Amino acid sequence: MPTPNTPIWEVFIRSRNGLSHRHAGSLHAADATLALQAARDLYTRRGEGLSLWVVPSSAIIASDPQDKGMMFEPTASKIYRHPTFYEVPEEVGHM
Amino acid sequence: MASATIRVAATPLVRYVLRRADDALILGHRLSEWCGHAPIMEEEMALANMGLDLIGQARALYTYAGEVEAEGHDEDALAYLRNERDYLNLLLVEQPNGDFAATMLRQFLYAAYADPFWRAMMASTDPTLAAIAAKAEKELAYHLRHSAEWVLRLGDGTAESHARIADALTALWPFTGELFANDAEEAALVSVGIAVDPESLRAIWQSTVSETLLAATLSGPASGWMQAGGRNGVHSEHFGHLLSELQYVQRLIPSAVW
Repeated sequence: MPTPNTPIWEVFIRSRNGLSHRHAGSLHAADATLALQAARDLYTRRGEGLSLWVVPSSAIIASDPQDKGMMFEPTASKIYRHPTFYEVPEEVGHM
Repeated sequence: MASATIRVAATPLVRYVLRRADDALILGHRLSEWCGHAPIMEEEMALANMGLDLIGQARALYTYAGEVEAEGHDEDALAYLRNERDYLNLLLVEQPNGDFAATMLRQFLYAAYADPFWRAMMASTDPTLAAIAAKAEKELAYHLRHSAEWVLRLGDGTAESHARIADALTALWPFTGELFANDAEEAALVSVGIAVDPESLRAIWQSTVSETLLAATLSGPASGWMQAGGRNGVHSEHFGHLLSELQYVQRLIPSAVW
């Protein structure tokens, strides 16, 4: 039950060294310490994690879904930004 | 018949291992009773996780007790087919769950003892016990951290949460003396480096408990008369009810597996 005493937190897990933290889900907790423990108990039961972040959901600034045309559609026509037009010389080998 | 009550050929080492196995099984069973009843989903999972840690410890310990006993008793036989007086767990761990405050306080009082116990046990001259200890210590370290955070928040929370955990403290305190119970049989195992002297854990337990209670604005009860008996199979009235539920399926359907 969401109550004013237990705000929502977003959970991020890093599964291996060298990878970035990835969003795993959310939870309710009274404070940061309990949020971190709840994240451990809810999201790392099967060996998923080496590192955890919890962030108050209220601290996340999200883009407005109404703006998605302006924000994201202009990139759809710019396929030259994908590096598929460059020939990699054979001497370079595997990149 | 597989469902018949077994008799354990209890050497000092078998009894020593069974006492710890029974602590883990019975506290794990108590935590399993919270399934579907926890106040929030986050704690539902936390309680189940702790229960599963303990039942995992119990399995390893029962398996080892059965090997040492060498009478063909496996982990299931030892967990399910003994009678009440043959269980050797602490009275503390069989106490009913009560409310969330009582469950968390019981977990805290046990973990504040069991975490340093397993840490010391990692140096046991018995390699199997040392290996079980290495795993259990990490698990209990988390139980201690999690339960201590709740003792703090409930004690230093609202008037109601404070009253509830203060009541739990009064009710559970008389069962804490048994944490440090010792007898000649265990002293002999201590002297050869297999077992841990419980007296060596008393100071660290007292300091963990008193620091947490102080921070939680709870006053520790005066050390008074302490209950004992579980280590020798003399249980509180709650234990028979717990066992009847714990053993029901094995007694009804002998050797049931899934």
